[in-house]
Amino acid sequence: MEFLSLISLGFIPVLIGFILLYGTIKQVPTYESFVEGGKEGIKIAVSIIPFLVGMLVAITVFRASGALEALMNWIRPAMEAIGVPAEIVPLILIRPISGTAALGMTSDLIAVYGPDSFIGRLASVLQGSTDTTFYVLTVYFGAVGIKKMGDALKVGLLADVVGIIAAIVVVVLVFGAQ
Amino acid sequence: MVNYIWVFMTIVGFVFAMFNGTIEEVNKAIFDGAKEAVTLCIGLISILVFWLGMMRIAQESGLLDLLSKLFRPLVKRVFPDVPTNHPAMGYILSNMIANMFGLGNAATPLGIKAMEELKQLNGGKNSASRSMVTFLAINTASITIIPTTVIAIRMNYNSASPTEIVVPTLIATIISMLGAVMIDRYFYNRRSRKG
Repeated sequence: MEFLSLISLGFIPVLIGFILLYGTIKQVPTYESFVEGGKEGIKIAVSIIPFLVGMLVAITVFRASGALEALMNWIRPAMEAIGVPAEIVPLILIRPISGTAALGMTSDLIAVYGPDSFIGRLASVLQGSTDTTFYVLTVYFGAVGIKKMGDALKVGLLADVVGIIAAIVVVVLVFGAQ
Repeated sequence: MVNYIWVFMTIVGFVFAMFNGTIEEVNKAIFDGAKEAVTLCIGLISILVFWLGMMRIAQESGLLDLLSKLFRPLVKRVFPDVPTNHPAMGYILSNMIANMFGLGNAATPLGIKAMEELKQLNGGKNSASRSMVTFLAINTASITIIPTTVIAIRMNYNSASPTEIVVPTLIATIISMLGAVMIDRYFYNRRSRKG
């Protein structure tokens, strides 16, 4: 599994190098395009501030009051029986509902348990690997006026379950359990 | 739904604190949480600017279009109801590529365009067609090559190796994508057996 970490490390420099060379060959004004695209990054980062403030305050309050710990202790036996750390359960539950809420939870988990802990890594992979099913459903179907969704919600949520299981299995295999 | 969860967490936290004697911690938590969120967003700026800048180069050099051409034969098999040269196919592909590179904001308008085209293909009906359900399933389980925000958060909290989760994320998303396609097929077959 050392090999996988090596690919992870080398992947981004190779990708960036390729994008730059390809852009130069195609005579794109690389630096100017970079700056133009980068401006959008600032907009995105600033626009998520209110989402994260709202969600992190709620999570921090929930945690500081001791309510989160009580909840964890309550669900822990059932979750550990199936091999899921209880700490990750709130993230799993909110992931299909709201992307920014999940982002808040992920950063909270990484802050509290450390990015290189089992929970930190699992939260990272979970956040990166599933998407906000309800959001996609509402926005995409809402925008074009689809009223009867058919099996879409069922299929989307089942796919999320597959994604969550895959994330847990892959993290355990690559980094080892806790 | 998020609204209820949000209010629930805050109110339950307050009530719990009253019985638990942690009201002081909760007061501190309000300001700590807010501060943490802003610090985090400021930390995200660096990598978002860098990555979106890179992606703009990839877009303008035609690299993203090249990728969609590469994936076309594969995606065609997943959407047997969509004619190969129909504009819907183009939008579906660009949406998937944008998702792969963590360009959520660019992906959404493309996805909506794809849905519009799929609706027209379906005779403008207000019920979801087979391809629409497939597109949605693929979208919620999309393959992620660079989980930009996650890497940024890990950097923010001093990870020894912020990018070590790239390959695990890629593997997990490939599995969930395959799962989504199979689940979608299963439900489609069930529908067509019934109807």
